[in-house]
Amino acid sequence: MAEVKNVTITVDGKQVTAPAGTLLIEACKAVGIEVPSFCYYPGLSLQAACRMCLVRIEKMPKLQTACTVPITDGMVVATDTDEVRQARKSMIELLLGNHPLDCPVCDAGGECELQDMTFKYGAAESRYMEGKLHKEEQQWSPVVFFDRPRCILCYRCVRVCGEGMDVSALGVQLRGSSSVIAPNEGDHLDCEECGMCIDICPVGALTSGAYRYKTRPWEMKHVGTICTHCGDGCKTTLGVRRSDTGMDIVRGDNRDKSGINGDFLCIKGRYAFDYFDHKDRLRQPLVRKDGKLTPTTWEEAIEHVGKRLREIRDSKGGQSIGVIGSNRTTNEENYLLQKFARTVLGTNNIDHHRTTDFAGFARAIAGKQNATATMRDVASAPAILLIGNDPTERHPLLAWNIRTNVRLHQAKLFVVNSQPIKLRRQATRFVQVPAGREGKLVAFLNGDDAAAGALTGASGSNDALKQLRDELKAQKDLVIIFGSELQGADIAALVKFGSAANAKFICLGDYANSRGAADMGLYPDLLPGYVALDGPHKYNEEWGSLSKTKGMGLQEMMQAAKGGKLAALYVVGSNPVVDYNFDPAALQNTFVVVQELFLTETAMLAEVVLPAASAYEKGGTFTNTCGDLQLLKKAGDITGIKSDFEIIVRVAERIGTEVRKLVPFGSGVRADMGQTRGAQSGEADRHSVWLTANNLEPRLSPFDPYAMLDEIQRLVPGYEFSRLSLLAGNDQHMLAAELSAAGAGDALVQIVPANDTLFTSGTLGRYSKTLNSVIENKRAPADKEVMAD
Amino acid sequence: MVISDKLDKFFDEKMKEYPTRRSFLVPMLLYSQDEVGYLSDEVIAYLAKKTELTELEVRNVISYYSLLHTKPMGKYHVQVCTNISCMLRGGEEILDHCKSKLGIGHKQTTADGTFSLEEVECIGACSWAPAVQINYDFHENLTNEKMDKVLDQYRSKAK
Amino acid sequence: MADLTTHPDEIKVVSKRFGQGAAEIDTYLKLDGYKAVQKALTMSPDDIINEVKASNLRGRGGAGFPTGMKWSFVPKDTNKAKYILVNGDESEPGTCKDRPILEHDPHAVIEGVIIAGLAVGAKVGFVYIRGEYRYLVDIMRKAIADAYAKGYLGKNIFGSGKDFDVRWHTGAGAYEVGEESALMESLEGKRGIPRIRPPFPAVVGLWGGPTVINNVETLASVPHIILMGGQKFADYGPPKNGGTRLFCLSGHVNKPGVYELPLGYPLKKMIYDVGGGIPNGRKLKAVVPGGSSTFVLTAEEAEQMNMDFDSFGKRGEFLGSGGVVILDDQTCMVKFALRVMKFYQHESCGWCIPCREGTDWLKKTLTRFHNGGGLRKDIDNIKYLAQNMLGRTFCPLGDAAAIPTMSIVDKWRNEFEMHLEGRPCPFDPAAKITELPVVGAH
Ligand SMILES: Cc1cc2nc3c(=O)[nH]c(=O)nc-3n(C[C@H](O)[C@H](O)[C@H](O)COP(=O)(O)O)c2cc1C
Ligand code: SF4
Ligand code: FES
Repeated sequence: MAEVKNVTITVDGKQVTAPAGTLLIEACKAVGIEVPSFCYYPGLSLQAACRMCLVRIEKMPKLQTACTVPITDGMVVATDTDEVRQARKSMIELLLGNHPLDCPVCDAGGECELQDMTFKYGAAESRYMEGKLHKEEQQWSPVVFFDRPRCILCYRCVRVCGEGMDVSALGVQLRGSSSVIAPNEGDHLDCEECGMCIDICPVGALTSGAYRYKTRPWEMKHVGTICTHCGDGCKTTLGVRRSDTGMDIVRGDNRDKSGINGDFLCIKGRYAFDYFDHKDRLRQPLVRKDGKLTPTTWEEAIEHVGKRLREIRDSKGGQSIGVIGSNRTTNEENYLLQKFARTVLGTNNIDHHRTTDFAGFARAIAGKQNATATMRDVASAPAILLIGNDPTERHPLLAWNIRTNVRLHQAKLFVVNSQPIKLRRQATRFVQVPAGREGKLVAFLNGDDAAAGALTGASGSNDALKQLRDELKAQKDLVIIFGSELQGADIAALVKFGSAANAKFICLGDYANSRGAADMGLYPDLLPGYVALDGPHKYNEEWGSLSKTKGMGLQEMMQAAKGGKLAALYVVGSNPVVDYNFDPAALQNTFVVVQELFLTETAMLAEVVLPAASAYEKGGTFTNTCGDLQLLKKAGDITGIKSDFEIIVRVAERIGTEVRKLVPFGSGVRADMGQTRGAQSGEADRHSVWLTANNLEPRLSPFDPYAMLDEIQRLVPGYEFSRLSLLAGNDQHMLAAELSAAGAGDALVQIVPANDTLFTSGTLGRYSKTLNSVIENKRAPADKEVMAD
Repeated sequence: MVISDKLDKFFDEKMKEYPTRRSFLVPMLLYSQDEVGYLSDEVIAYLAKKTELTELEVRNVISYYSLLHTKPMGKYHVQVCTNISCMLRGGEEILDHCKSKLGIGHKQTTADGTFSLEEVECIGACSWAPAVQINYDFHENLTNEKMDKVLDQYRSKAK
Repeated sequence: MADLTTHPDEIKVVSKRFGQGAAEIDTYLKLDGYKAVQKALTMSPDDIINEVKASNLRGRGGAGFPTGMKWSFVPKDTNKAKYILVNGDESEPGTCKDRPILEHDPHAVIEGVIIAGLAVGAKVGFVYIRGEYRYLVDIMRKAIADAYAKGYLGKNIFGSGKDFDVRWHTGAGAYEVGEESALMESLEGKRGIPRIRPPFPAVVGLWGGPTVINNVETLASVPHIILMGGQKFADYGPPKNGGTRLFCLSGHVNKPGVYELPLGYPLKKMIYDVGGGIPNGRKLKAVVPGGSSTFVLTAEEAEQMNMDFDSFGKRGEFLGSGGVVILDDQTCMVKFALRVMKFYQHESCGWCIPCREGTDWLKKTLTRFHNGGGLRKDIDNIKYLAQNMLGRTFCPLGDAAAIPTMSIVDKWRNEFEMHLEGRPCPFDPAAKITELPVVGAH
């Protein structure tokens, strides 16, 4: 890019230096001068419609809109003269003329830009005699409500839906004072239900079905945490109130906009937290009595599990026990679980639902420097190659970042897919290949021209393929993103191709912490950080010597169960009966323990079911599909449940382990000082956060996940990060894959992608009221997609 | 086909004259309306497809222009200008006269569907005011008597 | 078809072929048609622009921007397609001059477009005609087809080796679409929402290409300028106000009509001589000099004005679009202000707050006021609203609504006072009275 030179302008007597072409409104912001605006929204197209940002620029005849004027050297600007103040005031007067002023009951009350501006710039006196327009509120979808008189026509919703989401479900109809925002289906919306329109609305015109009329913003506690659905790891701020059962999450949004997702949240991030208080949520441990799962106490349940596991381990050996971990539990829990399996149960029979080949990926890039891209890179890379997957459905943030990058920085996007996925609309080049032949495409990229034979027939003619290859080779700083279509050797081949061009990679896996599950060693053959069992590693020193024999993977456990050779199966937050088609009958003689939120198909087979906390009810860390580590913050407690972390520790204790060996917490057992309680605890908490960040805080509780994080940071290759930054809610990129030492490749394991859509999310999605209501609301999807304008 | 093949071909020809598919949209809407009588859901779907736009976008455009209607109008749409030049020369009286004569108000249609009435903004007949446009035909320098004759003519044509 | 009127003071340049059947190409050819473009084909682009500059031709669409200068803003070194766009949206109340041009002399417009194209290096021109003018669209369609048939349009026009295409296009009822950037939006098949400027159309216009937008009359003047020479055209008018223009006399005059008069023509003469004076023995009260968007003149002011751009510019006012509307002394200025505002309220595109909301509140307030429901504070409030729109809207439509309103309140405040507090309209005592309001809106 051409060098942009800095220019200096004067605003209200202050000198401001910024790159030429910076919009005046942004230059003012940089020196703390707020120029009010409604229609201006960074990253969206300019409107100059609300006229709130009018300022006086010397040598210009009229007031100018700061939102559209690029600064030029020597510009002299006044933003606070009587004339400017009067202009602002009159705009607000005009807006308020028809505005309902029902602030006391409006959802946006207290968080309303119109309210704030009226407060600041004044327009308290009414100049109008005639009545206000009244229109009934409309429900446009299960999640979107529209209150027309409150709308100030800033067109933000229309733009975010069209430019940002590439959905274009909102438009402007009629004209003049009759102008109105309209949904695409006349009286309702057919869209991705992301709620971006609601979030971006500066007033209370668009409100959320889930949140409306439930509370006032100041009655909520706002907890910034991570979404618990897909692998992208959006930050979300939960609005939480206390309730009879502990807490009530009333809202999810992204009000602080600081995360990797910036403005963005999809329907799941915004609304699908609502499984947490589903009526079917387990709130009491269950033990099978006379063939029936019967509620019991925690003491009895833990006692039962501990006793049985110990018996089985001592009588039949650890190899007769299988452990299945989760793509949804925290890094600390995953790490703890495999450590528990290996050191307490004495087995390497540990695995998880693999939705993509992270292990193969780690093998492929082991030893390469900076070979993985972050979620943020996707929003800024000059070129992106996407092979497989449909991010619009399965990685909505990734798709958003790709679109944003193409829109704002003209990034080049190359898409290879077996389906005409929606992102092709942003693509510089789209090549359709037959399903299952993605690997051939990689071979072709690597120079195997014969592979073209397997690819043509679809849209990809030989020429198109060659063009793609040539263009890709010409790209600098390419980010290569691939889905589970590529595994094992194909990934290695792709890495070979990309490395020649210094590319960075992202391997796409489903669920909120599938990458964390992989990084934390939920593998029968790999320790945390993709360390081979038989390779050199530090775990032996700390844990005592470990078996070098590879354990059973999920399929093998299934086989073993069938053959009557699996005496116990310990399942945490996973549903293999459904995900892997695990034959329920095979488990008849196996002692099954399940830690779960709901009575899943797997839980129904268990002898003991332990009700676990969801990710809203515990702290810890998640690693997104790119390898970005983020803090999961506890929003509150609900009664009856325990975190998976605590459950595992308690079970281990019952089995007779020295807990301090499992969880390296400090000496002297006192109380958990509140780090894991999130924002509840005020000053004391803030102090302890600081102590924690600086590693000055002794870990006082065996249930403190940060004690486990200490060990992760110490032992897992690539998990280098700043505590302070983590606790501040920032994302940090982990290099576990680059630094892995996985050794020789494993026989190909079965990868089962979740194939979730925007409106499904495995088990959790099935219990989300919002997702279900949206699915019900969707009609048979007609082939409505049209070209973006 | 919701419009005649001839019109469809004509659209195809005209669309070629522009660099984007949607460019000829406004005239296409007007000409389709002339043929069909109004912009029905089917016409909207057809034009959306033709221009590769969403139906929403087509509706956004339609609702902006005052000549375009999504509901049927009378066979003869009587558009009375009352803007300044016409007002000064009796445009409002002509409008009142039409109202009582046709028994309908602004934006209403007679029961038999022959006439609809609309008070419109300046139609570019200021020097020949007061003026009325019926469909696309101008009637100028009107008096109530002349207006009667004009309406009578259309009424007999309608039969 | 609009009646033609004449007056001895007229200098017929643009209107010289009116009534002679020049819409037929063969007749047009007999009346010196397509000579100018052939001459222009022998000239360099700069020569054409200089000729137009010398003519002092200023835009006839309303803003009066010097046409030659506008053309010279089009970048020469660009590989983007350039366009000429003819603004035939004619919707300014009081204005009906483009209509006779398109009806009687459509080829002159085509010729003007080609010449403009030669001057700026465009190869395509669009003639945008408002949807209501269907019969003119049909005339233009035929004229264009005839010109193609003769080889005056298309490939290798007049055997010059140059190509030029002219297309017709129509609107569908929207005043705002006459605004040049909204016009481009409409021509691109969109809602007529104006664009942010800069960039100006001459640099980034239709589909991103440099675009010259001119009024029908402006372009119809160009062939005459090329043939007679810029200087001769300039000499018809006072300095810097070249030539003649079509004035549309309407309202309370005995002989309304479209007259071609030199710029600088005294308004008084236009009313009493050309227009034949005020009917029914009444007196002059006010004049709208150039379409409803202009400052309204009192009788005293009107009798001293000369109809050229600079005479108005000196006063900080505008000559406008040629629509001269005469108001007699029995006209209610409150009602007039209301009718004007009703128009702008109806035509506001709704994009920006001050215009969308301002015109709506002004219309509501003026309606109540005219119906006798006015309070004293309303008078200042009307002015306050207009003042707060002026210069702050996205496009000049907001100004166009504010300007006449402000000038009427300023100049005829007494008439507002006569309507106050339940009194019936002094000019229409039978008008219905609304009740006085008691509460504010918020
Ligand atoms: C609200 C508005 C409406 C306008 N309507 C017209 C119109 O109907 N015809 C026209 O020629 N110019 C109209 N104009 C002026 C055009 O924007 C533009 O200045 C003109 O077409 C340029 O041509 P000219 O330089 O030849 O006058 C309008 C301007 C505004 C702000
Ligand atoms: S002033 Fe504003 S609302 Fe009015 S027409 Fe122009 S852009 Fe539209
Ligand atoms: S922020 Fe500049 S006009 Fe709205």
